[in-house]
Amino acid sequence: MTQSPDARNRSSFIAEKLMHFLVRYGLMIVIAFLFFGLILLISGEDPIQSYRDIFTSTLGSSYGFSEVVVAMSPMLLTALAVALPSRLGLINVGVEGQLYMGACFSTWGALAFSNSPSWILLPLMIVLGMIGGALWAFIPGYLRALGLVNETITTLLLNSVAPMIVSFFVFGFWHSPMDTNKTPNFSPSARLPKFFDTRIDLSLVIGLALLVLFWFLMRYTRWGLEMRAIGGNPLAARRNGIPVKTYLIAVMCIGGAIAGLAGMTQVSGYYGVLLVNFSRGIGYMGFLISWLAGGSPLGILLTSFVISIIFSGGNLLQLTRDLPYAVINVLLAFTLFVVLARPSFLINRKEA
Amino acid sequence: MTLLSVLGVLSSAIFSGTSLLYTTLGEIIDQRSGIVNLGLEGVMLVSASSGFAVTAITDNPYLGVLVSILAGALMNMILGFLVISRRANQLASGLALMFFGFGLSAWIGRSYVGAKINGLPRISLPGLSNLPVLYSSLFNFDLLIYLVIPAAILVWWLLFHTRWGLGLRAVGENADTAYASGRNPLRIRYQALFVGGLLVGLGAAHLSIAYTMNWTEYMTAGRGFIAVALVIFSKWNPLRAIVGALLFSGAVAFQLLLQSSGIQISPFLLDTIPYILTILVLIAWGGTPKHSAPASLGRVYQGTE
Amino acid sequence: MPKLLPPESHPTLMISMREISKTFPGVVANDRIDLDIYRAEIHALLGENGAGKSTLMKILYGFYRADSGRIFLDGQSLSIQSPHDARLAQIGMVFQDFTLIPAFSVAENIALFLPDLGAVLDIKDVNLRIEQLSARYNLKVNPHAMVSELSIGEQQKVEILKLLLSDARLLILDEPTRVLAPHEVDALFQVLDGLRKDGLAIILITHKINEVMECSDRITVLRRGRVVGTVPQPDASESMLVEMMFEKKLSDVEVSRSVIRKGALQPLLKLHGVYTRSEGLGVNLVDIDLEVCPGEIVGVAGVSGNGQKELGDVVLGMIKCLKGTKNLFGKGVTHHSIQRMRKSGISYIPENPLTMAAAPFMTVLENMAVTKTWRYARQGGLRMDWQAVMTDIENTMKRMGFSLPWYVPARSLSGGNLQRMIIVRELTHDPRLIIASYLTRGLDVQSTIAAHSALIQARENGAGVLLISESLEELFKLSDRLIVLYAGRIVGRFRPKETDSYEIGHLMTGTKVQHDTKS
Repeated sequence: MTQSPDARNRSSFIAEKLMHFLVRYGLMIVIAFLFFGLILLISGEDPIQSYRDIFTSTLGSSYGFSEVVVAMSPMLLTALAVALPSRLGLINVGVEGQLYMGACFSTWGALAFSNSPSWILLPLMIVLGMIGGALWAFIPGYLRALGLVNETITTLLLNSVAPMIVSFFVFGFWHSPMDTNKTPNFSPSARLPKFFDTRIDLSLVIGLALLVLFWFLMRYTRWGLEMRAIGGNPLAARRNGIPVKTYLIAVMCIGGAIAGLAGMTQVSGYYGVLLVNFSRGIGYMGFLISWLAGGSPLGILLTSFVISIIFSGGNLLQLTRDLPYAVINVLLAFTLFVVLARPSFLINRKEA
Repeated sequence: MTLLSVLGVLSSAIFSGTSLLYTTLGEIIDQRSGIVNLGLEGVMLVSASSGFAVTAITDNPYLGVLVSILAGALMNMILGFLVISRRANQLASGLALMFFGFGLSAWIGRSYVGAKINGLPRISLPGLSNLPVLYSSLFNFDLLIYLVIPAAILVWWLLFHTRWGLGLRAVGENADTAYASGRNPLRIRYQALFVGGLLVGLGAAHLSIAYTMNWTEYMTAGRGFIAVALVIFSKWNPLRAIVGALLFSGAVAFQLLLQSSGIQISPFLLDTIPYILTILVLIAWGGTPKHSAPASLGRVYQGTE
Repeated sequence: MPKLLPPESHPTLMISMREISKTFPGVVANDRIDLDIYRAEIHALLGENGAGKSTLMKILYGFYRADSGRIFLDGQSLSIQSPHDARLAQIGMVFQDFTLIPAFSVAENIALFLPDLGAVLDIKDVNLRIEQLSARYNLKVNPHAMVSELSIGEQQKVEILKLLLSDARLLILDEPTRVLAPHEVDALFQVLDGLRKDGLAIILITHKINEVMECSDRITVLRRGRVVGTVPQPDASESMLVEMMFEKKLSDVEVSRSVIRKGALQPLLKLHGVYTRSEGLGVNLVDIDLEVCPGEIVGVAGVSGNGQKELGDVVLGMIKCLKGTKNLFGKGVTHHSIQRMRKSGISYIPENPLTMAAAPFMTVLENMAVTKTWRYARQGGLRMDWQAVMTDIENTMKRMGFSLPWYVPARSLSGGNLQRMIIVRELTHDPRLIIASYLTRGLDVQSTIAAHSALIQARENGAGVLLISESLEELFKLSDRLIVLYAGRIVGRFRPKETDSYEIGHLMTGTKVQHDTKS
């Protein structure tokens, strides 16, 4: 493409927007930290010292940083599983369920072919995980394309079903001799490789690669163009000859496949077993991240990173401040509230 | 399988169904005004923990129930501020509220894990007192159980037989028409969230103060999402919600029965039945206007310039 | 500005509008309009689309605010800033797209607007009041029925009942017969007659002359935002009204055209006995027979909302044929997908470029490529050849003398540029069949000429054109054949030389039917 003045303006425009984005969200996070400081004060903690500790424990050491990255990896995938369908105007609240189905399918592979070498087993598990998630997303996608049921409702309902199916298999067939609520440990060949003696595994690379692929798809390819056309104006897209129904079903399935992949990396990489109710809301978190990031790949990366810092900080509160781990959700929620409420003094006039 | 075990299962179905029904009634009011509250799980947790804490401190379960109710309403007001005043996305705001509830309830309840309380007093039915104690104790219900069906009828009456309910439903269907009829859609939505929050608080209070009588983190275990499914299943109608709550908690009871009689069906598969049934019902309705959700459900009311 | 005097007092004068003007960007919708409405009269407001009828009435109902001018009620000056003010002045309006809540019962919809509704609903009382009133005016509806189950005609009755029960004394009905079946129209007129006998005033916005003659007491004709005149019904005649509604003279500019190819060729497009069913307030097409031959422009005349949009959509494949067949280049294509139709060389310029053709947040360049993505995809779709898009589009733009920025979102274009974008896109790649609806809407004179000559050139090259327009001038100038659509049917077929604007005007307004329409 020729470098026109338009294109040059565009890059400086993007830089300006990014700067604005960082300042705005930075301020919002500061506000959230002030709120949570109140909670810490009431609990009898010194908020400043607590924040300093959270900061040094996460970003202050290479181990802390690696733990942040570990927490971030699945979120990249679950956020992407929401962001891709959202480009068509599809609201996929069902990542949680698709994640469980992906974990379930790939666990079957891990247990059934545990003797296979890793170069066979891992790709097989990845494919199985993606199939599981895709199947779970096909139902809402198909019902939506037929115009029967809104995908928001069905994905939400199916979220509650998937963990039960996992429980059915784990308790019924797969549980280890010791524990009834989890499978035996996976064989080493069913584990995703880890890097540099940390808990960071291949899922980070997969997540980053898919984000780049997503960016490339939307920006350069024919399919990205057609998807954006559908998302912008579905009726016009139909009149312009784009097969909208096919896209709705296919993209929903791909979103589900990515969510299933996230499930696979959790059981194969992070846990090494399939544990009943292992997710604890990573799928819902993906929805929030994608929504906060406006579906942009870079935004997803930044938002996941910030949220992972907060989550990892929760460990510190639990270990040294004698507060339940879950309390960190309050800090997270304050951050979300502030972003959702878009305080008027932080908004550009033009935007409002 | 003895009569006693059957009755025992029935009794536990009634206990678990009660909190579910209150919660569902609350969500019906929210959604009838056009607001999806996906944060029910969090609202319930905060209500349950704060009510439990107050009961443990004051040793007065009624005070605990009162605090629960107010906590539910307050939590809904947070959602209201985000989605009504700040016009934020309802799904994202609801999920944020859910995470807030996870954290706040863990914080409120942190000193009360394993605490013992005197729950809501049980009142036995007059006719049953001369049955053997073993039986009558199963049907010693607390006040909130006796009130749940009347509450459903009351909500139904409010929605369908008062001017307030008419306006509320009109806002949920078409906020512009409601505005044209001289009503303030924003105010009505706040009112709906407040009343809905009271009811969700009541459901949570029953869970922690009357049914389980203890506090554990994440004790609601998905009840909030069941309630959302139940709202759809009952077509946004409080009277049908009674049937739905019975059916949903009956399914739980049924699998307990099966287990006790030694029949080999996984309880987890039985648990999925209500959800699958709801999806099938949705497909059967097939988006016909007669069965569909309030028309402006989930939509932000922009107001007129 | 001249001082406005209160109108002469008259015992039955109700509302006077004086010197009402309203300008929208680029259009003078109302230009110093005077209108008097008396009690106990049915006053018809007659005019073509865009004559300013609806705007004037929305001003009276407080939906729009006039730029200048005043309104008097019973000789007293009245300020109407919102529909609320209008309702206080006992003015009620039924809009074209109804405002009833489909999920509510009839009684609930009406109760919502009752000024004296009790805190506890007394639905029995509401039902009783509905029944009394509906018996009196023969507006029979079942108060218990859900509005979603009612026919359009019944919904209209509910709208009227709603206004009456909220104490309106002046009813404004915006094209009430647009979506009604003939027997429903008769019933409506009987109702209006009853209301008039009880002293209510009714304003009827319409473009159908036969209905005006049938039911109104006085008729005001608007044209291009001005009052042409007000006539009492007994003094009016159909031809007189047609003359008032439409421009007196059609321009005689002949477009130089080559010899019209004779029908020996196989038709490009052939619709045979096509019926459609639309949702909501759309129009159903009834028994459409239509041929478009290569090298021919077929003009479609009609007041908008009589099936034009549906005709374009059914040819493209956006709406399914309920009955009948569709042939393209001699092959049956009744159930082909839109993509297949487009690939075989159909172009479509729909009536509203922003909502029906463009993706608002995508750039102009991207919008230019979306209908032909297969053509510009490289490496199996991994890359789009934007250079090729630009080359192709630039050719067309040069030919037509248009220029557009490439990298701005379509949303930020003006209405005229948006229209140019769609025209350029759809006329690139030598389409074999062009469906053009309201081709020149929003275009200036020069662009209009460019668009017209582009169409003619396409015809010279052997393309067929289906030209849907509301401008008779344009149709007479360009068409080789003309058809007239009225209420979803083809009610007339002509060669432009064999007819004139009066005859077409009669057909468009439903005052006459050509009987041999099965050509």
